[in-house]
Amino acid sequence: MTARMIATLLVLLLGTNAGAAASRTQFDAASGDVRETLTIASVTDLWAFRPLIAAFQSRHPEVAISYLQDTSRNLDERARAACRDGAFLADVIVSTADAEQVRFVNDGCSQPIAAPAIDALPEWAHWRGEVVGLTVEPGVIVYNRAGVAADEVPRDRFALVDLLRRSERFTGRIGTYDIVRSGVGYLFAFEDAVQATTWGRLIESFGRNDVGTYCCTGEILDRVADGRLLLGYNVLGSYAMARARKDPRIGIVFPRDYTLALTRAALVPKAAHEPELASAFIAFALSRAGRTALEKGAGLMPAATGIATLQAKIGGSGPPIRPVALSPALLVALDEAKKTMFLKQWRQSIASVPETGETKR
Amino acid sequence: MNAPSTRGLRPRVASRSIALRLGLLLTLVLAIAVAAVVFATFRYGRSAADQAFDRLLTGAALQIGERVSVVDGKPVVDVPLSAFELLALARDDRIFYRVIGPHGKTLTGYDDLPLPPTAPAGASPRIYETPYRDTRVRAIALSRDLAERSLSGRVEIIVAHTMLARTALAREIAMPAIAGIALASLAILALTLLAMRYALRPLRRIERAMLARDPRDLTPFHPDAPREVATLVDAINRFMGRLDRRLDTMERFVADAAHQMRTPVTALRAQSELAIEETDPERLRALQGRIRSRAIGISRLMDQLLSHALVTHRVETVELAALDLRRVAIEAEREIRSAGVAQAELLHLDLSEDPVIAAGDAFSLREAAKNLIANALRYGAPPITLRVEHSKDHASIVVHDEGGGFDLPADEVGTRFARHENTPESAGLGLAIVREVVESHQGELTVTRPVEGGFAIGILLPALDEERMA
Repeated sequence: MTARMIATLLVLLLGTNAGAAASRTQFDAASGDVRETLTIASVTDLWAFRPLIAAFQSRHPEVAISYLQDTSRNLDERARAACRDGAFLADVIVSTADAEQVRFVNDGCSQPIAAPAIDALPEWAHWRGEVVGLTVEPGVIVYNRAGVAADEVPRDRFALVDLLRRSERFTGRIGTYDIVRSGVGYLFAFEDAVQATTWGRLIESFGRNDVGTYCCTGEILDRVADGRLLLGYNVLGSYAMARARKDPRIGIVFPRDYTLALTRAALVPKAAHEPELASAFIAFALSRAGRTALEKGAGLMPAATGIATLQAKIGGSGPPIRPVALSPALLVALDEAKKTMFLKQWRQSIASVPETGETKR
Repeated sequence: MNAPSTRGLRPRVASRSIALRLGLLLTLVLAIAVAAVVFATFRYGRSAADQAFDRLLTGAALQIGERVSVVDGKPVVDVPLSAFELLALARDDRIFYRVIGPHGKTLTGYDDLPLPPTAPAGASPRIYETPYRDTRVRAIALSRDLAERSLSGRVEIIVAHTMLARTALAREIAMPAIAGIALASLAILALTLLAMRYALRPLRRIERAMLARDPRDLTPFHPDAPREVATLVDAINRFMGRLDRRLDTMERFVADAAHQMRTPVTALRAQSELAIEETDPERLRALQGRIRSRAIGISRLMDQLLSHALVTHRVETVELAALDLRRVAIEAEREIRSAGVAQAELLHLDLSEDPVIAAGDAFSLREAAKNLIANALRYGAPPITLRVEHSKDHASIVVHDEGGGFDLPADEVGTRFARHENTPESAGLGLAIVREVVESHQGELTVTRPVEGGFAIGILLPALDEERMA
């Protein structure tokens, strides 16, 4: 099957924003006889979805899949523009920018997903039957094993704040999401601010230590691995775990005070060309076969079992895992006034972050 | 049950149709009542749900309003997460909000969310429903007055959500009630059917009593019947009474007629036998004359019997109609004359100048008048006058002659066959016919001896207005 799969990588320079690139990958139908084409738009790095797509195509050999990737912010903007104009962007949109996904549903841009398995999911992982969480995406701290001694490793946020205060060695060597550019990073930060008062002290420490901000988890992991960074904060756990399995230089901490968990949320836009096929794809991702593909193939934790898996992985007395529910309460995070204030506070704390034109809205 | 012959009827079907009618009617009434109650229940459920969820809206709007502040002379909103968590309690409903600053500029939220239909008035929250985007939302608009040194004015906060949860709650509230109503209705229907069977039982009892009766038994019956059915039983009894009287009359008539016929026929036979043996031409001629007058008497008797039978039949079957008694008199006189009755030329008509209107059967009245005239011609003394006149309340047709008349009280005249054995031509049924006609017209048979002399016998009928003729 994989032998038959011809992946053509078409890099299309679609976005003009800061040279943000969108890429389109084509998965021809396994049977060679294309009857339907399913278009998936996602922020995911392709490697995470490749096993799921392969499994789906082996079940549906007549389906070709067009896989569109973009940054979460670009993706959301394009999806909203398409909704406004009644235009087609994709049949399925998958994004970890949960707040944007919820807003998309709230604005009436999506349609119900015909997948009975949704009802069996935990409450936090679906809303209105129109947006559904496929995976559990914990936010973790990563560290360079060589650069951070075992007894130094911060097990929670208090320890992290203390560590950054104690030592000068982390200056310029700590990285986190650029919350201005990344929807996932923003949501992690916003939820941090909601969860505990630690957030204020944390960003103050980040600012003092000249934190570096990055667009994506991958960039932070690369730097932590080779030692350019010693610590990475609020990194997507599934990516970190996948990398750590192959790269012993990377250590992972699930913060003990609380570990946030986002989800890879899928929805079907109203203007989808193949709504039934889209529902079938989502239903497959929730099915046993789909979950196996996600779990074994890409190291992702399915929403149905993810929290339990995570808790088992961390140990019985592990930290409380706080899934961020797909709920209209997430709209607050995207409230313009609120976001402006939040980003302003962020910028003020992290004075080293340059105010590019892009961060202003 | 409209015939005395009870066999061959299907009373079971008839009584079931009453039950069916009652059942349908009650079901209809019940259905209307149930529909009204169901409607009211839904309304109640809806208003209860609205109350509950409007509080969520109000709470969220108040929380947002509380977080409006003035920074550097500008209104700033820090939308609280709790407000949205409150609204998210309606799990599947979409949320929209909008905060409008003092100068009408949208500070945050959905800037196309519709304002309340009426102009902002006071701080009291205004709740309204409005279409928005692809759906319908229920919204609350709340104003907050800012009174800072640097900025004063009114901030408008609008919070809206879709109504899935309301509808679900309304249904949840209404459904058990409606299930109860449905059950109650079924129970009521069942009880109604039972009650109906019970209530209709007396009818069935009467039906059985009727069926059990001897068909010849026409005496009134007194079943144990409830008041509502008593009139029916009365009607049946009255009907049977009438039938009984008719049968009696008929039997009496047949007996009388047979008796009346037998005597003259026996006499006729005897005379004809005598005539066969008679050789003396003189006496034979006398016998022949007697036979002839006897035969005439028999034929008149036959006429009268038939006339009587016909009148009796008409009494039962013909409806009375308005007619002019003068016309009756004229026709009676003409028929008497054309029948060649002896001394018919002695008859005079004395008619009122105005129409004399009464309700009656022209044929029966004519027969009665003819009989009165025939009697006067036969037994009275001329001149004989047939007089038709009317007073305020009565119309009358009277025969007057100058003879002595007879000495019977008016209410006994014509009650039985008159015997005038000395006049073999008489059948003696004339006055009986008159009486029959008088009674069937609810009139009065009058016998008077006027002061100027003579004898008058007539029929007095209730008068009708002339207009009724038309």
